[in-house]
Amino acid sequence: MTATAARAVVIGASAGALEALSAILPALPADFALPIFIVVHIPPDKQSVLATLFQASSPIVVREAEDKEPIRGGTAYFAPPDYHLLVEADGHLSLSSDELVLYSRPSIDVLFESASDAYGPGLVGVILSGANEDGAAGLRAVVDAGGTAVVQNPDRAFAPAMPEAAKAACPEANVLSLQDIAAYLQRIACRP
Amino acid sequence: MNDPLEHEKVEDIEIRLLLDALYARYHYDFRHYAMASLKRRLRQAREQMGFESLSALQERLLHDPSMLPRLLGFLTVQVSEMFRDPSYFLAIRQKVVPHLRTYPSLKVWVAGCSAGEELYSLVILFREEGLEQRTIFYATDINQDALAQAEAGIFHLDRMQLFTENHRKSGGKSSLSDYYSAAYGRASFDKSLRRQVVFSDHSLVTDAVFGEMHLVSCRNVLIYFDRGLQDHALGLFKDSLIRKGFLGIGAKESLRFSSQSAAFSDFVREEKIYQRRAE
Repeated sequence: MTATAARAVVIGASAGALEALSAILPALPADFALPIFIVVHIPPDKQSVLATLFQASSPIVVREAEDKEPIRGGTAYFAPPDYHLLVEADGHLSLSSDELVLYSRPSIDVLFESASDAYGPGLVGVILSGANEDGAAGLRAVVDAGGTAVVQNPDRAFAPAMPEAAKAACPEANVLSLQDIAAYLQRIACRP
Repeated sequence: MNDPLEHEKVEDIEIRLLLDALYARYHYDFRHYAMASLKRRLRQAREQMGFESLSALQERLLHDPSMLPRLLGFLTVQVSEMFRDPSYFLAIRQKVVPHLRTYPSLKVWVAGCSAGEELYSLVILFREEGLEQRTIFYATDINQDALAQAEAGIFHLDRMQLFTENHRKSGGKSSLSDYYSAAYGRASFDKSLRRQVVFSDHSLVTDAVFGEMHLVSCRNVLIYFDRGLQDHALGLFKDSLIRKGFLGIGAKESLRFSSQSAAFSDFVREEKIYQRRAE
């Protein structure tokens, strides 16, 4: 689906995120080569258990992102609650307390836009189940920078609004089932 | 210009030139801020200030000083909460305050105080703990407008519910409403809270050490810096603190990736409160 070798993956999800990510993260092998950055909308006052939860069920390393953390392959980084997660072009992560974007912090758009600045055509953006429109502009930015767009099939998503909006913003997106998204990610990460 | 990647590179050049111009002309140094969020803010500034490009914004900025505060508004203003992360303030109250009590006089530095939420939180906490009268608070920021806002101590009334709830969770011993009067949708904090406060224009990038602090609280400021500048600011805090003085940073900030980490020990690890080592 993509001409340029993938260098990183960004994933955005909201309502239905747990189920959707459960079909993807545990399916990735321990030698998965790429870093994965994930924004899930979570209430700001909650201690997030997502990283702990998925670390237990996934062969890859799963952690909550820390500010100025160096980016490593084979690692999935969750944005912490109440902070935006951004990718820096020089290979590390940043957090920010900037204002909410589309009522959300962390914001999928903020992550996707910064990651597309950093990776350009080497980025794969994935929008999963969700009940709002965050991520549509971000996925557009991924495509505009030459990257690849993947959207969960809205017909089979727990909450279709977010993948619908992403599809509308990026008609060129690949619309896939969760299983096919997992298989696709495995394939691109295995390429030299 | 139709190639998005080409555009990207041009924008990077424009950003570098704009930041150089801002420094050369007005001595505000954003050259070592974390680029991803700075870029986002610059894009917002360009759009909302109505310029075609960052170069056009730069041209105007160089010749028209009235552009400066507007741009700084985009680049620096943080929205915070009073007693944000109540568990941090609870830890200050329960674990740091007992140490602070042993000093006859105290200096507290709220670095990057923005509109003053963190400052007022600490002053109220110190008053509740009976330490306010022996303390001088230094509240610093590079943004003059934010400093003026902090000095005015006026917040939207609709934020008070959240602030009150945070204050209660932080172990507050009084009612937050004791400290402000409400009128016209605004909460105006009592001027007595500012008796012990010195407001000052200070840059963590270009200005020098502040003397003999017992506590430096600087939350969610360092995340906007790149790693080199974080090291610089943390060095400034280290040199500003007395031996065994305390440093509090944001919940998701860390000294782990900093070259200054050896100068500090964990004091309350889960709240990111550190203590300067005695050496």
